[in-house]
Order: sequence, then C-alpha cells, then structure tokens
Amino acid sequence: MNAVYVLWIRQLKRYSRSRARIVGSLGQPLLFLVALGFGFGPIFRRAGAGNYLQFLAPGVIGMTILFSAVFSGIELIWDRQFGFLKETLVAPVPRMMIMIGRTCGGATVSLVQGLIVVAICYVAGFRAASFASWPFAFVFMALIAIMFTAFGTAIASVLSDFQAFQLVMNFLIMPLFFLSGALFPLNGVPRALQIVAAVNPFAYGVDGMRVAFGASASQFGAVMDLAVLGAITLLLLGVGGYLFSKIQL
Amino acid sequence: MIRVENLVKKYGDFTAVNDISFEVDQGEVFAFLGPNGAGKTTTIKMLTTLLKPTSGTVEVDGLDPSISHHEVRKRFGIVFQDPSLDDELTAYENLELHCILYKVPRKARKERIEKLLGLFELWERRDDPVKQFSGGMKRRLEIARGLLHTPKILFLDEPTLGLDPQTRNHLWAHVQKLNHEEQVTVFLTTHYMEEADRVAQRIAIIDHGKIVAQGTSEDLKRRTSTQTLEQAFLALTGSTIRDEIAGSIDQMRQMSRMWRGGRR
Ligand SMILES: Nc1ncnc2c1ncn2[C@@H]1O[C@H](COP(=O)(O)OP(=O)(O)OP(=O)(O)O)[C@@H](O)[C@H]1O
Ligand SMILES: [Mg+2]
Repeated sequence: MNAVYVLWIRQLKRYSRSRARIVGSLGQPLLFLVALGFGFGPIFRRAGAGNYLQFLAPGVIGMTILFSAVFSGIELIWDRQFGFLKETLVAPVPRMMIMIGRTCGGATVSLVQGLIVVAICYVAGFRAASFASWPFAFVFMALIAIMFTAFGTAIASVLSDFQAFQLVMNFLIMPLFFLSGALFPLNGVPRALQIVAAVNPFAYGVDGMRVAFGASASQFGAVMDLAVLGAITLLLLGVGGYLFSKIQL
Repeated sequence: MIRVENLVKKYGDFTAVNDISFEVDQGEVFAFLGPNGAGKTTTIKMLTTLLKPTSGTVEVDGLDPSISHHEVRKRFGIVFQDPSLDDELTAYENLELHCILYKVPRKARKERIEKLLGLFELWERRDDPVKQFSGGMKRRLEIARGLLHTPKILFLDEPTLGLDPQTRNHLWAHVQKLNHEEQVTVFLTTHYMEEADRVAQRIAIIDHGKIVAQGTSEDLKRRTSTQTLEQAFLALTGSTIRDEIAGSIDQMRQMSRMWRGGRR
C-alpha cells in the first residue's frame, strides 16, 4: 500500500516541479475556449441552441483531462527510456500495485489540470446549474482521468519508443476527442457519427459532465454514462495491469 | 544460491547468451567477466526477473525467477549498469522511494540513508535534483541506493563504471563487509580485472555468450600460464575489440558511457 502511495506522490512531485508542463498544457484548452467559444458563440445562439460557452466548457475540460491522462500513462515510455522503470520492476512489490500507483498519480495530475481549466472556464463566464453540480461533475472528471491514464499505461506497456506516442495521439486520441460531441451537439448529426460516438467512451464522459453541470439535454442519460465509464475504467485497469505485469526489459 | 543450467537467450536470430551453466554458492563473491557484448547484463536480467530466458534452467535461492517473480525479488538487490534514477527527484527522495519499495522500516530509513549518502559523499547534495548531478555523482547515488537494504544476493553490474579510485575503494570495502558480516552472496561484473581479482572468490569468463573458463583467479592464471588475471582474461578471450559484433544498442551505450565518463 505504501508503494502505491509513494509512486503517487512521485508523480505529483514531478508535475509540480515542471512549470513548463503546467503552463504548456493549458495553452490548448485556452485556445479552444477563445477561438471556438467566442467564434461560434453567435452562430450557436442564432440557431437557437443557447449559450455555446455553457455547452463547450465541459467538452474542453474533458479534453484537458483526456490528453493529460493519456500523456501521463505514456510517461511510462520515458521511464523505460531513462531507466527508472527498472528500479520499480525489480522491487518486491506486486506489479499490479505499481501499475495502480502510477495510474493514481497520472490520474491525479490530469484531474488537477482539469480543475485549472474549470477555473478558467469560470472566469470566462461558464456557470454550473447549482452547487450540487460540482461533486457530481467531479466524479465524471475522475472517471475520465483514471480511464485514460490506464489506457495510456496499457499502450505504453506494449509500445516502447517515442514515435509510437505520436501515432497513438493522432490516430486514437484525436479521433476520440473530435468524434465525441465535445465540440458540437450529437442530436441532428448524421447517423454514422452518432454510432461512432456511441462506441466512444470519452463521449460518455463529456455527456455525463454536461448533465452534472445542469444541461437540459443528455445524449445517453446520466446512469448510462456512469455505467459505461465505470465498466470501461475497470476493464482498462485490468488490461493495463496485465500488460504492465508482462513487461520485459 | 544461484544455479544456471544450459541457459540460452535469443534476440530474434541473435544468440546473446548461448547455453551457459554455472553455480554460485551461498556467501560467495562471484565475478562474471567478459568483453563488451559478451552477454553479462543479459544474464543478470534473466536472474533478476526482468527478462525471460529462451530456454534453460535458472534458480535463485531454489526458485525460478520466471515463475516465482515476487519471491525472487524479495531476495536480491541490484545496481544496474545503465542509469535507473528518477532525475526529477532529489537524491534523498530517490533513496526514500527505494526504502519504501523495499519496506525498510520507517525508523531505520533516515539513519541508513544518512549513512550511505555520507559514505558516498553525497550528504551535502541530498536535496538537489539528480538531474543537476555529474555522471560520477549519479553513479555513486545508484550504488548507495543499491546498498540501502540488505538482501540475500547482491547483483552489481559494472558498479565502478566511471567512478574515481576513492569511491571504488569505499564500494568494495563496503561490499566485502556485507559479505563477511551478513553472508550476502555477491554476483558482480566489472572490466577492471584487478578489482575482480581482489574481491571475487570465483570467476567465470564469458565471451560471445559462452562461458570459456571458470574457477578461482589462481586456476585461471595457471590454466593460461599467465601472471595476472588481466593477462589470463586476454589469453582466454583474444585481443580483438568487440565492435564488429556489437549491435547499435551496444554502440549507443558505449557512446553514453564515454559521455558520462567525459563529463566528470
Ligand atoms: N534488447 C536487445 N535486443 C537485441 N539485442 C540485444 C538486446 N540487449 C542486448 N542485446 C545484444 O546482446 C549482446 C549481449 O549484451 P549484454 O548487454 O548482455 O552485454 P554485456 O556483456 O553486458 O556487455 P557490456 O560489457 O558492454 O555491458 C550484445 O551483442 C547486445 O547487442
Ligand atoms: Mg553489460
């Protein structure tokens, strides 16, 4: 148990000491909020769809957590390259515990990133429906964070070089994000796109957050969101843990 | 304590370890010597659960590392040839993390860390991030970390790489003390023949993945009719440099070693 804790703390320390990473990873969400939020806002309103910022904010918060979580998971490749991974792999600690510690650490870091973006959205004018929205939304944020850190860890356990990281980002994470309804409402889009979103776990995370923050319309329903996210998170933790335990150096 | 029989490791078509057998007794200091790329690190990886053998038997304290990983991991400590520190953490934090992973009791932690950082003259720098350390200082920290807990078996893969003579002496004195007082079995590799001659009770020489000789230093000298272990080593392994067979990984490693050495 102590091992889980110390690996968790390690990742928090690494994060808090890397100012470049903190600032750098906020650029993208900020750009999305400004360019899309203010750019599409008027059109959105004219179409009778309400306040776009209110719609967009959960999507951008989700995006921040998604990218940051996958990145945290993939940090495993760095640890392998720079050698620290060896130190943890020969330690008398079950590999599942090591994987859980790493995942908790990565998930916490991405959750912190997400909360910073929540604050930015708030400054931009985004509002939750009520005070009770926050814990509910937090649960969805945490689930997205854990799920995609485990996902990144699973991927990094089988791929061992930096190039693979780009590949994963461009062909997996970007589509997950853009085809999720984070940026546009899913009702009314072509059927094919709706189906793609329905098999995209990230879409359930964003939908869940929207419901939590008080959106009137939900794509899948909050119960369904929670069930899907919970199930996939457990699955990915299992798969990630298994692949991690099979790493050879 | 360690028993290896007909051990083979292939990377694709390339055979890095080719049918080797040897035994190391409890409480023994055993040196595993060989030219670059001979297969020493690969063998250590198979003994320490990091790599699965292609074929053959491995036993560490009676257990198979590829099956009883967890039990085997409880029994050894290791200093790796390649870097394995977290550069973003401080020296002290790296050691503390190790103590927690190896379940060193909380009370003993501080005292041991202080002692080992003192021994390797890093105590003053304990709160500096490792990335600010010189190559030799990093190496010293790796060694200090490897000695934090007292295992049954200690693997030292070229521990003295890039170290000054003072630190080398400290290290071997400490290792010999562990061996005498706590009966720790030591499995080491090094390219400094006089070190191996001084600390090891038995020596195996590996070349191109095969063991070409084993026995005491005296045995090896007698067999080759030479005066020093270095001469014996050269007589057994020839005097060609192993570049032509070394893969790109090995060359990279040599580069990084030169660089690490050069920065000190
Ligand atoms: N992951 C790998 N993939 C392919 N070949 C490898 C791999 N690791 C090592 N080798 C090869 O296996 C051989 C043995 O390597 P090893 O690292 O065991 O040598 P070594 O005896 O430790 O040498 P050195 O003294 O340089 O440390 C080398 O030829 C090396 O190129
Ligand atoms: Mg080696």
